[in-house]
Amino acid sequence: MSGLQFSFSGAQLVADPSGALYWPAEHTLMVADLHFEKGSSFAARGTALLPPYDTRATLEALARAVRRHRPRRVICLGDSFHDLGAAGRLANGDQTRLRRLVAAQDWLWISGNHDPQPPVGLGGDCQAQIRLGGLVLRHAAEFGPDAALPSGEVSGHYHPKARVRLRARGVSGRCFVTDGRRLILPSFGAFTGGLDVLDAGFAGVLAPQFRVYLLARGGVYAFRQHQLSVPPEALAG
Amino acid sequence: MSLATATTTETAAAVLPQPFADWFAHRGWTPHPHQLTMLTAARAGESALLIAPTGGGKTLAGFLPSLIELAADGGDHEGLHTLYISPLKALAVDIHRNLEQPIAEMALPIRAESRTGDTPSHKRQRQRRQPPQLLMTTPESLSLLLSYADAARMFRDLRCVIIDELHAVEDNKRGDLLSLALARIARLAPACRRVGLSATVAEPARLLRWLSPHGDGTGVRCVHGRAGARPDISVLVSRADLPWSGHMGLHALPQVYELIRGAKTTLVFVNTRAQSELVFQELWRINDANLPIALHHGSLAREQRRKVEAAMARGDLAAVVATSSLDLGVDWAAVDLVVQIGAPKGATRLLQRIGRSNHQLDRPSRAVLVPANRFEVLECHAALDAIAAHTLDGKPERPGGLDVLAQHILGMACAEPFTDDALYDEVTRAAPYADLPRPEFQDVLDFVAHGGYALGGYERFRRLSLDDADQYRIAAPVFAQRYRMNAGTIVESPTLKVRLGRGRVLGEVEEYFVTAMAPGDTFIFAGRLLRFERIHEMSVETTVATGDAPKVPAYAGGRLPLSTHLSERVRARLADPASWAELPPAVREWLQIQQWRSVLPGRDDLLIETFPRGNKHYLVAYCFEGRNAHQTMGMLLTRRMERAGFGPLGFVATDYVLAIWSLRPARDLEKLFDEDMLGDDLEAWMAESSMLRRTFRTVAVIAGLIERRHPGQEKTSRQVTFNADLIYDVLRSHEPNHILLRATRADAAAGLTDIRRVADMLARIRGRITHRALDRVSPLAVPVLLEVGRESIFGAAVDDLLGEQADDLITEATEGSDVKELPF
Repeated sequence: MSGLQFSFSGAQLVADPSGALYWPAEHTLMVADLHFEKGSSFAARGTALLPPYDTRATLEALARAVRRHRPRRVICLGDSFHDLGAAGRLANGDQTRLRRLVAAQDWLWISGNHDPQPPVGLGGDCQAQIRLGGLVLRHAAEFGPDAALPSGEVSGHYHPKARVRLRARGVSGRCFVTDGRRLILPSFGAFTGGLDVLDAGFAGVLAPQFRVYLLARGGVYAFRQHQLSVPPEALAG
Repeated sequence: MSLATATTTETAAAVLPQPFADWFAHRGWTPHPHQLTMLTAARAGESALLIAPTGGGKTLAGFLPSLIELAADGGDHEGLHTLYISPLKALAVDIHRNLEQPIAEMALPIRAESRTGDTPSHKRQRQRRQPPQLLMTTPESLSLLLSYADAARMFRDLRCVIIDELHAVEDNKRGDLLSLALARIARLAPACRRVGLSATVAEPARLLRWLSPHGDGTGVRCVHGRAGARPDISVLVSRADLPWSGHMGLHALPQVYELIRGAKTTLVFVNTRAQSELVFQELWRINDANLPIALHHGSLAREQRRKVEAAMARGDLAAVVATSSLDLGVDWAAVDLVVQIGAPKGATRLLQRIGRSNHQLDRPSRAVLVPANRFEVLECHAALDAIAAHTLDGKPERPGGLDVLAQHILGMACAEPFTDDALYDEVTRAAPYADLPRPEFQDVLDFVAHGGYALGGYERFRRLSLDDADQYRIAAPVFAQRYRMNAGTIVESPTLKVRLGRGRVLGEVEEYFVTAMAPGDTFIFAGRLLRFERIHEMSVETTVATGDAPKVPAYAGGRLPLSTHLSERVRARLADPASWAELPPAVREWLQIQQWRSVLPGRDDLLIETFPRGNKHYLVAYCFEGRNAHQTMGMLLTRRMERAGFGPLGFVATDYVLAIWSLRPARDLEKLFDEDMLGDDLEAWMAESSMLRRTFRTVAVIAGLIERRHPGQEKTSRQVTFNADLIYDVLRSHEPNHILLRATRADAAAGLTDIRRVADMLARIRGRITHRALDRVSPLAVPVLLEVGRESIFGAAVDDLLGEQADDLITEATEGSDVKELPF
């Protein structure tokens, strides 16, 4: 399992096949949209009794990414917890595991729309956004007049996904997507679905001729926008 | 509807009360003996299974006892008396219409109604308050009725349940659901008798068991209707060259067209949707007489299908090209010829298709089989042998689906509280669940109640709560609403509408078909050549394309594998040169060269040929176990060959043969085909196959873990329609033995992969492998090699793509032979 190196806004970054982003110069690992306890959130609302293992699966994947890159700092780009009650629903084992993971290096929770107040008692610091080595890290891409927007924005929130056509077969998966000015990470959580980058929901977020780094079959593969195929769920209207 | 004929010798008047005797006499009918036997059984309060061919007055035989009973009551029977269950909505409605005739003509004091998903809600509510005496419905609607709190009152006085087309539901998940509903009815109305109506089947004992109130075959009388005249079936001898490969049968269409011209109304059955599209197009291309020929398959828009069916009922059509979408359904009197293009794949289904022509028992049904290639000639003759010998295809036993049980349990909790003991006792009276172990039941019940996960924590989020009397009850009304939104066992794969521009809807295609297409690609659908433009709001927008060669061959739709029974007969024919006399000369010659060049597969052994070609090494195994089984075996064998260092490059499976090619020749074939193939390799393959994921999705929807996609909901409910793949991955790595994964594996093993057939074959051929190491391709191997390279494109391709490659192969295989001089 090896990542794909690329440069973004002057920074040399590595797209990890797990969906994490590693920044060697800053010894920093970034992940977006962990959505801990999404499964139990559905159960609590009476919507569906999904398997209660999503937090554990997400934690295991995160621990593996940390072991691979040995960062000095981990930054979670928001929506780390699926709802405000999520931390209270963590199974005992999962809570211990998470605490240990957080304590092993510097840890920053960036707040997201699902978790405007990341939970106390698990360790780590909390901020709405952070500037780091020329990049700005926040949960969701910001909009405004072009001139007012900083370049070098790294965010999550959209759960990007893409599909390419290879020999009459579609291959699809989560992806990083960048138009050179902003970079959006794939969602990291085990139960998080995605939104295709060609979906109307991405219009206005990304400038045309964007690139994706697609996670598929244990690797990361780069494609340009025109190489992607239209997914049926990309509803143009 | 031909209700009865005037040919029986029994004196109806002695058995039939008034006004029924008069009514039969007035119509010039005498009841069939089996109709009277059914009446006797009903009078004794016995359940009965009636097995009779189409046209035997089966439906009336089922209803007659109820009509007579109700007439005798003089309209005094309170509430529901007889329930009629049909697998087809349209059939339930049609039977209702047909029944109104005798009721009106005899002025019987009987109220008959139908109830389907299309019945307006005010009427459905009224039907629960004041049920009619006769209710025609579907298995799904019945389950929903039983999930209401008033079910006990509604079904209390039920006397009879009639299950039509039993052979078509007994062996699938709808049948599982229906059997559970019947078990509930038996508790609500102990006096209720059951009536099963079935076409001719190989194993009546199975149906008896299914119908039995004890789940063991007892308590049901088996009644056989008179067999009709022997069908008149022939195999078309092609005037054109008989193809070596391909499944479309287009070469024979000029002859098929002549047959259509010579008949009043012809049903042209084909095996896949792709084939129906191509055959329809080609027939219209040569339709000089402008005959009204229509198309019918499961992907066409419903209104269009209804239109075709209505035109057929009026006798307005000369022919309909159809897939299995017309295997069941309303009888059409006008059909006097059935043409089956492509091999029939199974004797039972062929007989049922043939039975759709001519619904009069005393005149033979007429059918013509049109083989699409040389192997199919053998298969068509094998099917004729089977029908002449009255042997039909058996079906493997399968236990009832655990996902269906989960759905049923939730429905029962919606109706009224239950204890686990009582419900276990009830469900094990349904034949598919007769052998269900108690712990398995408990696991399903736990799943329904709180997810049943080994990791604690969900017990507080319950769908079913447990009260002080140890009774399970629904925890909140919202779960009952959810159950009713999601009930049923038919889980469609996601589909998209196909539109002309933004206008008319032509039908629907599965999502996977569309995702492989690029704008500008052309394909055939609904009888037209279309150009794919784009996807817009869950619709595929297309324009009419010009030219005649579609880029993407066609839309495949389900293909059935060859039945075990027919494959045995094909093998027997191959092994017996004396039986070749009936075969066309081209086929005879082909087999003779094979005999000279290699050897013919025997009845019980496994012939494996190996030969080099290009710079690859080929292995061709003549297994005759059907395409699905071969596909599974191809996956497993290539894994083994990989480990053995043979460097396998690919494989292709047909219904008859499996071919694998590799960098180095395969050696030690006995070991390669050893029975232990089904051990670790199978586990490993299953774990990563997409087939298991698809199966899990179906299981998860039926069991109520994730919700169905409802039309129009796609845009708003991305959050709720959960991605089954994500759940599957997490569950598999953290609780591999969860009840839903067990259900998934059982389903996959029972149905989709034909693993049992592989297992049986491997056991049979142990020590009986005949290996021929050849220096080049053999004649019998040519068809499968022609499939190489055509497979990846939706499993079906246009036959005339064969081209030069075919000529080369055929020359190579037959070179040096002079058939006429061979001693024979």
